[in-house]
Amino acid sequence: MDVAQREVLDSGDINRALSRIAHEILEKNKGVQDLVLLGIPTRGAHIAQRLARAIADIEGIAIPVGTIDVTLHRDDLRSRPTRALLPTVIPTSGIDGKKVVLIDDVLFSGRTIRAALDAMGELGRPSQVQLAVLVDRGHRELPIRADYVGKNLPTSLKEHVRVSIMETDGSDSVSISGTPTSGAE
Amino acid sequence: MKRHLLSASDLNVDDAILILDTAEELAKLVDGPVKKLPTLRGRTVVNLFYEDSTRTRISFEAAAKRLSADVINFTAKGSSVSKGESLKDTALTLQAMGADAVIVRHSASGAAHQLAASGWIAGSVINAGDGTHEHPSQALLDAFTMRRHLRGSKGDLAGVRVTIVGDVLHSRVARSNVLLLATLGAEVTLVAPPTLMPFGVEQWPCEISYDLDRVLPRTEALMMLRVQGERMNNAFFPSMREYSRGYGLDDKRASALSPEAIVMHPGPMNRGLEISAGAADGLRSVIVEQVANGVSVRMAILYLLLGGAFVEEVSL
Amino acid sequence: MSGYLLRAVSVLGEDKVDVLIDGGIISEVSKKPLAPTGVRTIDCDGLVALPGLVDLHTHLREPGREDSETVESGSAAAALGGFVAIHAMANTNPVADTAGVVEQVYRLGREAGWCDVRPVGAVTVGLHGTQLAELAAMAHSAARVRVFSDDGKCVADPILMRRALEYVKAFDGVIAQHAQEPRLTEDAQMNEGFVSSQLGLRGWPAVAEESIISRDVLLAEHVGSRLHVCHVSTAGSVEIVRWAKSRGVMVTAEVTPHHLLLTDELARSYDPRYKVNPPLRRDEDVQALRQGLADGTIDAVATDHAPHPVEDKECEWSSAAFGMIGLQSALSVVQTTMVETGLMTWAEVSDRMSTRPARIGSLRDHGRPIAVGEPAHVVLLDPRGKSAFTLEANASKSRNSPFLGMELHGHVEATFLRGRATVLDGKLVG
Repeated sequence: MDVAQREVLDSGDINRALSRIAHEILEKNKGVQDLVLLGIPTRGAHIAQRLARAIADIEGIAIPVGTIDVTLHRDDLRSRPTRALLPTVIPTSGIDGKKVVLIDDVLFSGRTIRAALDAMGELGRPSQVQLAVLVDRGHRELPIRADYVGKNLPTSLKEHVRVSIMETDGSDSVSISGTPTSGAE
Repeated sequence: MKRHLLSASDLNVDDAILILDTAEELAKLVDGPVKKLPTLRGRTVVNLFYEDSTRTRISFEAAAKRLSADVINFTAKGSSVSKGESLKDTALTLQAMGADAVIVRHSASGAAHQLAASGWIAGSVINAGDGTHEHPSQALLDAFTMRRHLRGSKGDLAGVRVTIVGDVLHSRVARSNVLLLATLGAEVTLVAPPTLMPFGVEQWPCEISYDLDRVLPRTEALMMLRVQGERMNNAFFPSMREYSRGYGLDDKRASALSPEAIVMHPGPMNRGLEISAGAADGLRSVIVEQVANGVSVRMAILYLLLGGAFVEEVSL
Repeated sequence: MSGYLLRAVSVLGEDKVDVLIDGGIISEVSKKPLAPTGVRTIDCDGLVALPGLVDLHTHLREPGREDSETVESGSAAAALGGFVAIHAMANTNPVADTAGVVEQVYRLGREAGWCDVRPVGAVTVGLHGTQLAELAAMAHSAARVRVFSDDGKCVADPILMRRALEYVKAFDGVIAQHAQEPRLTEDAQMNEGFVSSQLGLRGWPAVAEESIISRDVLLAEHVGSRLHVCHVSTAGSVEIVRWAKSRGVMVTAEVTPHHLLLTDELARSYDPRYKVNPPLRRDEDVQALRQGLADGTIDAVATDHAPHPVEDKECEWSSAAFGMIGLQSALSVVQTTMVETGLMTWAEVSDRMSTRPARIGSLRDHGRPIAVGEPAHVVLLDPRGKSAFTLEANASKSRNSPFLGMELHGHVEATFLRGRATVLDGKLVG
């Protein structure tokens, strides 16, 4: 069955969005002091690396960046066959007392972020946790909101949001598929 | 991955590496500040130990608890399985209690297989050692340990030269190790007096040798198996002294190993018989670390078997 | 220092050649006469040269029964019989079941210097048949034991025999079985047959030997190990060995000289000199043994030289000890039974009395051909005529032999051990 896909962000859009997010992070936190970026693997981790580089370009200072795998803390493990664990790499400076910015590609139900907060809770006590996402597609099931958003993308539950990034998929692009053709929701 | 872990031959190379990689991640978390993960909350794991084994049982118990599973210990010391009946009755009781996984250790070879095939238990069966047949979680923690020291904690064990010494005939640890190491690409040599080599061992995926001294210099991982002194009463060897002389890891043989080689033992050790105190406590020994690795590996096994839905439950 | 020129000697009974022994080795073999200097010449007209004989089965009685034999006296008798290497069985007192005892026997042999004495290690502690002896320790000792036997007794417990066969694979050893099912031969005195029924002596049935050999060849096949069968004595045993060899089982067998010649009829005299273990059997068995030796089913002639003091043989049959001495008479008996009858050539005799025994015992420098560069282990035999085997000539401390006082074919003229003459002109060299 052919699924119609429409691109909503191309690589130029993505790069500009990330550049803007980098500036917003610096603005809100008044600089890089105590800042730590933690990306949620797989794509969130690469996006975190890009943001860290962008911030380093702007401020001229390298900031700690790592990854945090949420698999073990998910609440929906039993609905699918066992998932392989992804790497958790916390920077040596740790997260205690730091301002941690969690980074993911898509914010949807919020459950992934809830799991990330639980996972972080085991590893230390940040002074603050902020959230940056490339795309917010709505339909939250938990009281979770992002501090920094690349693009707000209202979607219907039937639709599927696909994020491609260069590091894992060969190109930068966000597209939506499965839009009902009749137009009715 | 399959639903049960009964034999090392159940695992293909991808399964085995998945377990080792998962164990690495878990070990990192658990070595650090994380002492408990919520992942198996609400799951029930039963330790069904018909044979005395504090070491293995505690290892599985710790692994289950760190993943927040509930643990029930059933020890049936001294009970013999006559015609499979008491094993069956026990299994049906456990099923009624809602066991998601049964970890079974039994003196009869094949007990875990029977339990898994019986249909008495709906959950996963994990073989923690059945008679002289297999002990797959031990082989996995041994491979994990070797991979850490000899292959930088990544990938498989291709080309690693492993030597296993001792009572191969009666050793479930040897059987599981030979199978798993072959799957992971290692080169295994078994060393024992001919009386302690199984008939048909020439068809196993490994080399055999009766001469320990000749094999030692090229060995990267040396695994000493426990030898029961009582075996001399069945003429497997004339005396413990002669066994030690020919096949024991004394201080002199330990120093014939390359400095990067590791010395392993599944425990418990007979210090002075198959391994000297000097070798057991020496620089190359990773015996204590094996125990710690056992918990991480068993956590990985429990997570991968219980951490998702069974394939049959999921509609694709 | 001193070499020997063997002039015009018939090596293995074939064409005459000159053989020069020098520096412990055969340094020259020539069809044309040699004229070396500084060596002693032995005129070998009419003599046959064989490679030095190797005995797989001798009882030297030391330690423990030095009244009947010592390592020194036994090895001297061996040299007179043309032997350069003998295997000393383990049923001494104490039993040779440790590195200590085998090294003692080995050292005594070297000190005596008459031939190479190779101690045989016991299979079980004390020959009790219940616990393996420290076989590896004996193999790695100075005595370098490779042949293990409880001879005198049978390793009857099948699990013990299996383990022993397996265990020796690690150092290329061989188990030499004295095949005698103990329960079938309790208090047995002579071959069970028509003669024993007439003489009223309890029988030692052939099946007691054959059932053990059958079991052992199947065990050897199963575990992939070598097996040697001592003193085969029945036609049935020869058949079993032949069958096993045809299946590729690594089995070898030996026969005594007396079993090639004597039958149970001789027991009619009630003379205990004819009491041996395994017993003398029927004529059909003698013929089958000769045929087996000729066709190579039986690999070796081994003397089972068994010295006993006079009082153990000059008594009633049922109280007498089993066995006869045989080192000095062996070659003569073999000549009588196998060469004079046309069943074997001298070349074949050298194969059964030197080459194959050396291989079975893993003696690398024995059983070698008489050829340039080889160690000079040579026996010179005069096959012509007959001579008496006298008490004066008997070097053993014991005299329990039916051949003493008899005229025997041929006699040993000289024996060379590693180029040194131990026997010259039929006498020990001082």
